[in-house]
Amino acid sequence: MLQVQDLSLTVPLQGKHLTAVEGVSLSLQPGRVLGLVGESGCGKSITAQAILRLGEHQGVDRTAGDILLDDTSLFSMNEFQLRKVRGGRIAMVFQEPMTALNPVFSIGSQITEVINLHLGLDGDKARARAIDLIQDVGMQDAESLLDQYPDALSGGMRQRVLIAMAMAGEPEYIIADEPTTALDVSVQKRIIQLLRALQQQKGLGMLLVTHDFGLVAELADDVAVMYAGQIVESGTVHQVFDHPAHPYTRALMGCRPEVSLPGSALPVISGQVPPPGSWPQGCHFAKRCAFADALCEKSVSLDVWSDNTHQARCVHVSEASA
Amino acid sequence: MSVLKAESLRKSFRRGGLWGGGSIHKAVDNVSFELKKGETLAIVGESGSGKSTTARIAMRLLEPDGGAVELLGEEISAVRGKPLRMLRKHIQMVFQDPFASLNPRMKIIETVGEGLRVHNPKMSKAERRAKAAEVLNLCGMGEEALDRYPHQFSGGQRQRIGIARALVVEPKVLVLDEPVSALDVSVQAQILNLLKDIQQQRELSYLFISHDLSVVRHVADRVMVMFAGRVVEQGTVSEVFETPKHPYTKMLLAARPIDHPGEREQGVTIAEVNEGTAQTGCPYRLRCPNAGDGCVDFDGSDQSSDHEHAYACLYPVTHD
Repeated sequence: MLQVQDLSLTVPLQGKHLTAVEGVSLSLQPGRVLGLVGESGCGKSITAQAILRLGEHQGVDRTAGDILLDDTSLFSMNEFQLRKVRGGRIAMVFQEPMTALNPVFSIGSQITEVINLHLGLDGDKARARAIDLIQDVGMQDAESLLDQYPDALSGGMRQRVLIAMAMAGEPEYIIADEPTTALDVSVQKRIIQLLRALQQQKGLGMLLVTHDFGLVAELADDVAVMYAGQIVESGTVHQVFDHPAHPYTRALMGCRPEVSLPGSALPVISGQVPPPGSWPQGCHFAKRCAFADALCEKSVSLDVWSDNTHQARCVHVSEASA
Repeated sequence: MSVLKAESLRKSFRRGGLWGGGSIHKAVDNVSFELKKGETLAIVGESGSGKSTTARIAMRLLEPDGGAVELLGEEISAVRGKPLRMLRKHIQMVFQDPFASLNPRMKIIETVGEGLRVHNPKMSKAERRAKAAEVLNLCGMGEEALDRYPHQFSGGQRQRIGIARALVVEPKVLVLDEPVSALDVSVQAQILNLLKDIQQQRELSYLFISHDLSVVRHVADRVMVMFAGRVVEQGTVSEVFETPKHPYTKMLLAARPIDHPGEREQGVTIAEVNEGTAQTGCPYRLRCPNAGDGCVDFDGSDQSSDHEHAYACLYPVTHD
């Protein structure tokens, strides 16, 4: 299991270290997909990057909490051990297929580098493995593709190559940060199918970071909704879609044009996500919430969880979801 | 009444070949449409389908190789220089990326007021400021925004400023190029509502470019689906979404993200890359499940009987 426990992170902003992630706990299990949903600026991407201990050179600091991979803290590992974990046990698929590949190396050399590092194969063996990987992600003419450079590929093909690279180290966990955002609709669907098929075939644990409830509906088994640095709701995908409990989750799902009558005014959430450093006391969402009262602004420990698997950080859960 | 009319637009680009040579790429191939007063016409298509090029030609930001554009009943394809600049008062654009489309060194008053300096040169500075404040207000922004710089605003606020900049010269037509695709869903809802309110207040016509079918279904009256530079289907939103005729439209609609995990397909297999575009005949025929005799040299003409719900396909999708 891969567990994020009560993690708090600060980011350097305006010359200060401001809390951007506060007390976040997530648990990734083999064979399951956890969707981490939220708007931009809510802290979901830095949380995901922290799992690979990325972002530290940009000044992201852990102030509390831990990340455990099968009971070993990632923070107790040295650089050598971390390098084995990154790509070898936990791999990452990034958002921008146009920039995540190195333009001056061939596709083949970029994939075989990972194979060499994590599986210790080189030469013809590594190349044969790379060909298998390219075929696994649905691309034909693997031989000639390996000798091509990223600029010869479309966005969808580059994303397939990135997924092949992520799979190259035979990881147990995949972190996918908005893996389909930059792609066309029909290509998105194919990448979603690819991720789901690979995840199921190999029994991977996946953290899917996204702002898109449609992608969550397609891929996730479990959902965690993040708002202003905190997890505000978590549950199975059916619990969260069928009975969203937190007013923020409900509001966010309601904004989607898919669920409104064509031409009607869309429901909105007034105001905007408060940036790190200007989070209110008590519930972070209170200022924008239709159910907020004096209790929400005072109460600091808002750990009102409705039951074991479906949890919401809201003192008005029962009223809001009525 | 049509405010914007495009007739048989064509535009090719030369692709590749640093020292000449290379191949000719038909970005826009025989595209015609009509935008009526107060209406929203959506152009839908994937990257490279020619939707943005079509809009840029309609705005005369790009010179077409062939075809004609009529704005408010006036043929504008041959207009140049100052008269062209004056025409731009009537047709304005809102861009996709609110982070890239505002000049970071210009205060909001300069950005929003710039159009007025060109189109109303006699306006005093105070009048310009008052007008800019009025339009910003209409877009849900306070007057205090005028003296700030773009970096002080969020993405949604910047998009409001982008809309204000377009509206300040009181155009009749807005070309909206993916106006909400860079925004979070909650902000997207605010901007879509704003666009709708302004359209009703000012009887504006929108040419709305988007790849997001859910957004299009929500905002548009009519839809034009483009593939490889051609219009493959055109009709009202309900016609196109409920009874798509072109197999490409049908595929696009089927690829829409699902609303609920219960709609998931079970037992998916890895779909292979299939991105080919035919250079002759119907460009979609290489991937089309309906392709048959005649597609190889099909000229792309409308095959509908009424020309209302138009489609360029010999073997259209049947609905019963």
